[in-house]
Order: sequence, then structure tokens, then C-alpha cells
Amino acid sequence: MIKDYFKVGIDNLFHRKLRSWLTMVGIFIGIAAVVGLISLGQGMKEAIGNVFLNIGADKLVVQAKSGLQFAGPPGTSAASNLTTHDMDVIKRVNGVEQVGARLIKPVKLEFSNEVKFYFAASMPDDDEGRELVTDVNRYETEAGRLLKRGDKFKAFIGSNVANKGIFRKRVELGNTIKINDAEFEVVGILKKSGNPQQDRVVIIPEDTMRQVLKIDRKKVDVIAVQVQKGVDANKVADDIERAMRRDRDLELGKEDFQISTPQQILETLDTILTMVEIVLIGIAAISLLVGGIGIANTMYTAVVERTKEIGIMKSIGAQNKDILLIFVIESGLLGLAGGAIGIVFGIGLSKLVEYLAFAFLGTSLIKAFFPWYLIVGSLVFSFLIGTISGFFPARQAASLKPVDALRYE
Amino acid sequence: MRQIIKLQDVWKTYKMGNIEVNALQGLELDVKEGEFLAIMGPSGSGKSTAVNMIGCLDVPTKGKITLEQHDISKLSESELAQIRGRKIGFIFQQFNLIPTLTALENVMLPMIFQGVDEEKRKERAAMLLGLVELGDRTNHKPTELSGGQQQRVAIARALANNPDVIIADEPTGNLDSKTGAIVLDFLQKLHKKERKTIVMVTHDASLVKVAERVEFLKDGKIVKSLRR
Ligand SMILES: Nc1ncnc2c1ncn2[C@@H]1O[C@H](COP(=O)(O)OP(=O)(O)O)[C@@H](O)[C@H]1O
Ligand SMILES: [Mg+2]
Repeated sequence: MIKDYFKVGIDNLFHRKLRSWLTMVGIFIGIAAVVGLISLGQGMKEAIGNVFLNIGADKLVVQAKSGLQFAGPPGTSAASNLTTHDMDVIKRVNGVEQVGARLIKPVKLEFSNEVKFYFAASMPDDDEGRELVTDVNRYETEAGRLLKRGDKFKAFIGSNVANKGIFRKRVELGNTIKINDAEFEVVGILKKSGNPQQDRVVIIPEDTMRQVLKIDRKKVDVIAVQVQKGVDANKVADDIERAMRRDRDLELGKEDFQISTPQQILETLDTILTMVEIVLIGIAAISLLVGGIGIANTMYTAVVERTKEIGIMKSIGAQNKDILLIFVIESGLLGLAGGAIGIVFGIGLSKLVEYLAFAFLGTSLIKAFFPWYLIVGSLVFSFLIGTISGFFPARQAASLKPVDALRYE
Repeated sequence: MRQIIKLQDVWKTYKMGNIEVNALQGLELDVKEGEFLAIMGPSGSGKSTAVNMIGCLDVPTKGKITLEQHDISKLSESELAQIRGRKIGFIFQQFNLIPTLTALENVMLPMIFQGVDEEKRKERAAMLLGLVELGDRTNHKPTELSGGQQQRVAIARALANNPDVIIADEPTGNLDSKTGAIVLDFLQKLHKKERKTIVMVTHDASLVKVAERVEFLKDGKIVKSLRR
């Protein structure tokens, strides 16, 4: 019998006016937000976790305050303002074991007549610095080798660069790539790391980079710091900050540089994600509530519009519980329909975000992810919202007196 | 003949704001198994109210209604609904078909409420539509049918659960005399061949020739009885 009421419900939905379909918009937006949120959030968290999983807590990264940050008046966020002098300052801080500098610069990258605008990073020329940078980044080769002492126009590349991620042709060991028209021999290809940034690197010796790109001998972009064993990295970070502030004669809070631990970055990202999640959950909750009220409203209208029908059904033997079920199921189906459309849009939305993030930010960190329980859960949930919203109108329909309902025109 | 429904001193009062309308004022009436009873009277005399009581669609303000030895005032709403579903078939002046359903689905509907399974429902509904000579209109919506055809669908629907009593409240009131005659013909057939008890309301004197007994109603009371 329930099966028949589902049929009746579906039938009635198809006879609805556009107006009553519009009331599903709330459910539809809510479910789309939920699906988009969960599918992106899950994927993002997983990706971020992967990236930072392998970096130790005993390393710090110092860089110029990024122009993308909101703190600080405009103009202070020029490109890197770090120098080798800063390295000396940091080296003298208690608890610092080792420092290594890196340059990260936009370059014109060319391979087999294909030109791309890309980024190249440097590898320190001294053994300790090289070791530290290798360590921090966990560089491991799939083929060939990393850079060694005395290398000049040599490079190693990430697996994505090698495997047609940038160029149409595969880059093999021993091939020549051109960076700002200077020729470099590819001596190593990195293992696929799972970290998209790492898989896209092009790395050359620091001295050669300065020479080719005509970079001032003193300028650096990123300073990697190895903290001594058994020393609290956060305390060292504080000390470095204080030392650099004093050296640069800056007031507290006016720093033009920033120090971060991998953990900190992870935590910051996590906080941002959580905030985004809370906002989206809020939006979703409000629209689901609005959607529920919308459904209740259409169901009340439907009860009035179909008063006569209710009278007819009662006159041919429908009990109150039959009428109640018919209306509750119908409003459940209304919710379900909104949910189904919402899921489709939610999937589309997160796929779009995934695509835009890749196309414009060049990151594949944002991955949409659709577990079956998300889809099924959303459908069940939207059906439930529908039935709950429809309950009171349905009860009103069920309690109508047959004669009164029949007389209604 | 066995008596199936008995109304004793039945009163029905409707309240419209401050005004009270006594639709029935001490009505005495009984319906015997297998008879064709016609109820006549001017508009507003309480005919519909009376047959709604007979059909368990409404309950009296005062008085007693006995249905096969049961006092219906002691029955719950859902028990009354079940009686309506199984023992009574209604035919209304305005046909009262569900506009979104096809003729076949309309006839199947009363069987859904009695839990008949789909296969049987379809089969019986198709058979009943054949009976009222609408076998070729099963998939038409009410709006695609003429008034006479709609009323024949309503007759088929009234027969869906093979009830004992058919209540027809001015079944030809919205039809011209020719199609009205056809509908009346079907009712007569049901009475003669299927031995159904028929209670028909009309204010058209020419229709009562088919009835075995005529009760005249005025101001909610029987004022005259006629047996033929
Ligand atoms: N549900 C109702 N509410 C108020 N008044 C009603 C209702 N049903 C019937 N009446 C009144 O009761 C009287 C009898 O109505 P009814 O039984 O429909 O008469 P008939 O069918 O003979 O025309 C009329 O005056 C009608 O207006
Ligand atoms: Mg009437």
C-alpha cells in the first residue's frame, strides 16, 4: 500500500505548478552546499595532510611577508627582501643548527622548441646547505641524481615536469632544457611525491642561477633553518624573529618577514578550512530551514487546493492515516527531488572549483571527492526534511471532515 | 426483507457563525436490503445530509443510526471510513473524479485503500469500466470525457469494492435528459442484475419511476411515503 502512495505522490508531483517547484530552491541550495562542502573539504584535507605528512617539526622556513596577506600597509610586500646577511643573523641564533638559502624565480623554460613561463628554484652550492634543502623537501630521485658539488649548468626536475605535465614531449635524463636561453642538462628526475608543488619543480645550482638571471649575490628568497636536536622549534622561531627585528630595527608587529614551521602552515590551513566549513554549514543549515518552511508552505497550499480531493478519497474509504501518509510521502518526495537536483549541482560546483583551482592557481590540492555515503546520505536527509516539513500540513489534511471537504469548491 | 440501515429521530444542526441551520429535524428512515429507494424533496430540504448519514459520511448531532445492528455513533472515524470503503459506493452530482488520474486509476483508487494488490485492482477496474461501456476510455483523464461518461466512471468506481449499497445523490443533476437516462439505466441494471441496494436522491419526478419506494423530504423530515 505504501508503494501505491509513493506512486500517487510521484503522480501528484508531476501535476504541480511551477510555483511549488520553486519552493524547493532552499532544499536545493542547502544540499548543493552540503555536497560541495563535504566533497571539497574531504579532498582538501586529505591532500594537505599528504603534503605535510613527511616534513619534520625541527625545520623552519623564513620568507618575506607575502603580498597576498592582509596585514601591513601597501608597498611593504615587495618581492623578497631577504639577504645573505639575514642568514648570518639567523645562524648566530641559539639552537640553530644549519641554514640554507633558496631562490625561487619566474623563468622562461624551453624544451624541444616549446616555451613555457614557469618557476625555477635554486639548490645551495655548499654541502651543508644542499643537505638541509634536500632534507626539508625530501628530494628523492626516480632516475639519475640530485645536484652535487661543482655542478654548473645541470638541473633536476619533478616527475610532473618529466612526464608531459608541462611539455608535450617527455623529458629524459641527459636532455637539454633552456632556462632564459641558457642550456641545462637534466641529470635527475624526482620520484612522484604526491605533493603537486614538489612534482613540478625545476632545480638548478644557486651560483648558476644568479649568473643566468643576473641576481644580486646577496639576495635570497627563502631561508630554510634546521633546528638543533632537542631544542623547541617554536622557541627558536621566536628568537629568530627577535634577532631579525633588532637587526632590521623594526617594531613588534611590523615585521616584513615571516617564520613558519610546517606544523604552523598545516594548522593555519586547517583553521581556514574549518572557518570555510562553518560558514558553508551555516549557509546550508539556513537554506535547508528555508527549504523546509517552503515545503511546509506548499503543502499547506496543496491541502487547501486539494480539499475536495481529500473529501472524495475519504468518501471512497480513505482513512485518516491514508491521507496523512499520502501527503507526508508527497512532501518527502518534494524534498527528495530538491535534494537530487542539489546533489547534481553540488557535484558540478565542486568539480568547477577543482578545475578553477587547477587552471588559475595551478594547484591540484583541491580535489572533489564523492563517496557513495555522501550521495545516499544527502538523498535520505532531503527526503526526511520533506517529510518533517509536510507532517503538519498532512495532519491538517487528514483531520478534515469528509462532508466539509466534499462541499469545498 | 432484511433491514440494513435505520435512522431514528436523527437531527443534524449546522452552525454558520451565529445562525444554526437544522438540516435534519427528527428524520425517521430505514433502508432494506436489495431495495431501490428514491428520496425527493425541494432544494435545501436535507436530502444530501440524509444520504450522507446513510453512507456514514457524516454523523448526526442527535439521534441514532444503526447499520447492520451496529450503532454507528460508537464507531471510530477509521471504522466509518472502512465501512464506506467496503459496503458503500457513492455517486455524486458533480461526479467527483480525481482530475489528475485516468478513468482506470480513478476506479482503482477505492481498492488501494482496501489493500487490494495492483494486479487485481487493474483487472477489476478494467472489468468495471467495460461494464459501464467505457472499455475504450480507460486511459482518458476526466476532462477528456463527457459528463455522461464521467458519471459512468463514477458508477464503476462506486462498484470497485463490491459494496452492498449504492448511494447516488442527484446522479443526473448535471446531465442532459438523454445521457441522464443512460446513467439511470445503469443504476437500474445494478439493482436488478447485481441485486444492489440503491438509494437515489433526485428532484426530478420523471426519474422516480425506476424506484420501488419514494420518500418525500421537507424541512429535514419525511412528509410523505410512496410504495409502488
Ligand atoms: N456543511 C454544512 N454547513 C452548513 N450548512 C449546511 C451544510 N450542509 C448543509 N447545510 C444546510 O443544510 C440544509 C440542507 O442541505 P442539503 O442536505 O444539502 O439539502 P439538499 O440536498 O436537499 O438540497 C441547507 O439549508 C444547507 O444550506
Ligand atoms: Mg443536495
